[in-house]
Amino acid sequence: MSEAVSFQKRAARRRWFLLTPALVVLLLAASGPLLIVVIYSFLTPGDYGGVVWEFSPNAWFSVVLERDFFTEQLGFADAHLSILWRSVKLSLMTAALTFALGFPTAYFIATRPAHKRDFWMLLIMIPFWTNLLIRTFAIMELIRAEGTVNSFLLWTGVINEPIQMLFTEFAILLGMSYVYLPLMVLPIYASMERFDFSLVEAGYDLYGSRWRVLRRVIFPLVKPGVIAGSILVFVPSLGAYVAPRVLGGGKQLMLGNLIELQFGAGRNWPVGAALSLTLLLIVTVALMFYVRAAGNEEGPGHG
Amino acid sequence: MAKGFDIRRQTGFTTIALSCFVVLYLPIILLVVYSFNAGDSIAFWEGFSWRWYQSAWANEQVQDATIRSVVIATWAMVISTICAVLAALATTRQGKYRGSGFVFALINQPLMVPEIVTAVALLIFFAMIKVATGYTGLFYLILAHSAFCIPFAYMPIRARLQGMDLSLEQAAMDLYASPWRVFRRVTLPQLWPGILAGAMLAFVISLDDVVITEFVKSAGQDTLPTYMLGQIRRVVTPEVNAISTALLAISVVMVLAFFFLSRSRK
Repeated sequence: MSEAVSFQKRAARRRWFLLTPALVVLLLAASGPLLIVVIYSFLTPGDYGGVVWEFSPNAWFSVVLERDFFTEQLGFADAHLSILWRSVKLSLMTAALTFALGFPTAYFIATRPAHKRDFWMLLIMIPFWTNLLIRTFAIMELIRAEGTVNSFLLWTGVINEPIQMLFTEFAILLGMSYVYLPLMVLPIYASMERFDFSLVEAGYDLYGSRWRVLRRVIFPLVKPGVIAGSILVFVPSLGAYVAPRVLGGGKQLMLGNLIELQFGAGRNWPVGAALSLTLLLIVTVALMFYVRAAGNEEGPGHG
Repeated sequence: MAKGFDIRRQTGFTTIALSCFVVLYLPIILLVVYSFNAGDSIAFWEGFSWRWYQSAWANEQVQDATIRSVVIATWAMVISTICAVLAALATTRQGKYRGSGFVFALINQPLMVPEIVTAVALLIFFAMIKVATGYTGLFYLILAHSAFCIPFAYMPIRARLQGMDLSLEQAAMDLYASPWRVFRRVTLPQLWPGILAGAMLAFVISLDDVVITEFVKSAGQDTLPTYMLGQIRRVVTPEVNAISTALLAISVVMVLAFFFLSRSRK
């Protein structure tokens, strides 16, 4: 008995010993600094960036509120709220667009012969593992005024002057959908891969139309994958920094750019910290929603 | 029904899927093609030339950034892979233990927290250290990269370890091999493909990082991606395409190698 206990103790000691390097690095350069952000969000901004160590809840108020410069009246911070709204709106639209494109793509791959599926998935994965900036760049070159699309349309005579696509919300939506599409295909494909098509056959035997079978048989069974994909796309879209900076061109700011401004030209570190934590909070809510939804799917309903 | 009824068919799905593949690759292919353009344009083809590769190669800022990128990525790869191997050995092939949830959350944290939030956190934290110590070298970037590379290195190593048979190691121990000998002679040789895959993934992830580097770097510490980001405001010449193509080539080679390494386990 005591020998078993000491063995367990030794195993635990060995485990934590082996974990030490990873935990030290992660605590130093990933998790630990997040706590400092929490502290900073409650401090007073310094004159030239940085902070003064005095408690102040103002940073949190200014996430959504602002004091009018002349009348000193408290009102909603329209600039912040419109950027926040744009971030949520564009992220939801990105999730919707990648779903509309990703679902059929995942279905297409899942219905290929087994030995060819790896090849198709590799085709999805290669762009995903290549540089995000370069892919955003590729989209920029495509849609800029002197870019490929406009040059082509001018050459064919469809348009007389270039269409302004770059530096619009459309450009950001396009760019984010382009870079995050693999994140939608991957989980949907994973939940479709082992799909039992005799269920679909049963649906047709019972006179279901293609659309009805898709909606009532296939979709409910791959729903966990769809939810996972939507979260995987929504979360990085919400915190996107590169796509709005390159494709929005400083005109169409998103949350990520607003945060950066507080550490650069805006010089209000506490507000930047509070905005980052706001973003983290929204992401956490989305992840909790996902965990709950995924948990429900494994419930008794599916047996 | 002369043609038979294909139960797998859904109207329009194949068209959408194939267009998706075209759309995924077309912008990248155009980017690569115009890197060889003899003219200054990224939309009009004026013949083949290596000119933009030569001008990128001769650009001192690009040289500096390339070296810096490779140095950081190499260090980050080594550190994160060592951390990931040890962590995988500690957490795999055993039941739940006290603190397993905490460890899991910590290792996966870089995947869940938006990059911009981590970037801001590191900016604040490192700014404090920089003021306190006066040191402004590359170490901050290496540490930051090592941290966010850990989950990527950890995944394939853990997957490999989980698929490994414990009985070989038990047999070695029964034959009075020391724990170190068991690890070196039995565990490590089997684990090797996973380690290699994890290391390559870490290297690519570090090489590609923009956001965290952009916030953590001190003045004059541009990596290739942050250098390119800084160039965007200017007139874009195919030189950027040439640098992009070189980076793409590295990524694609690494990813293909990773793909075949992690497949060989089956």
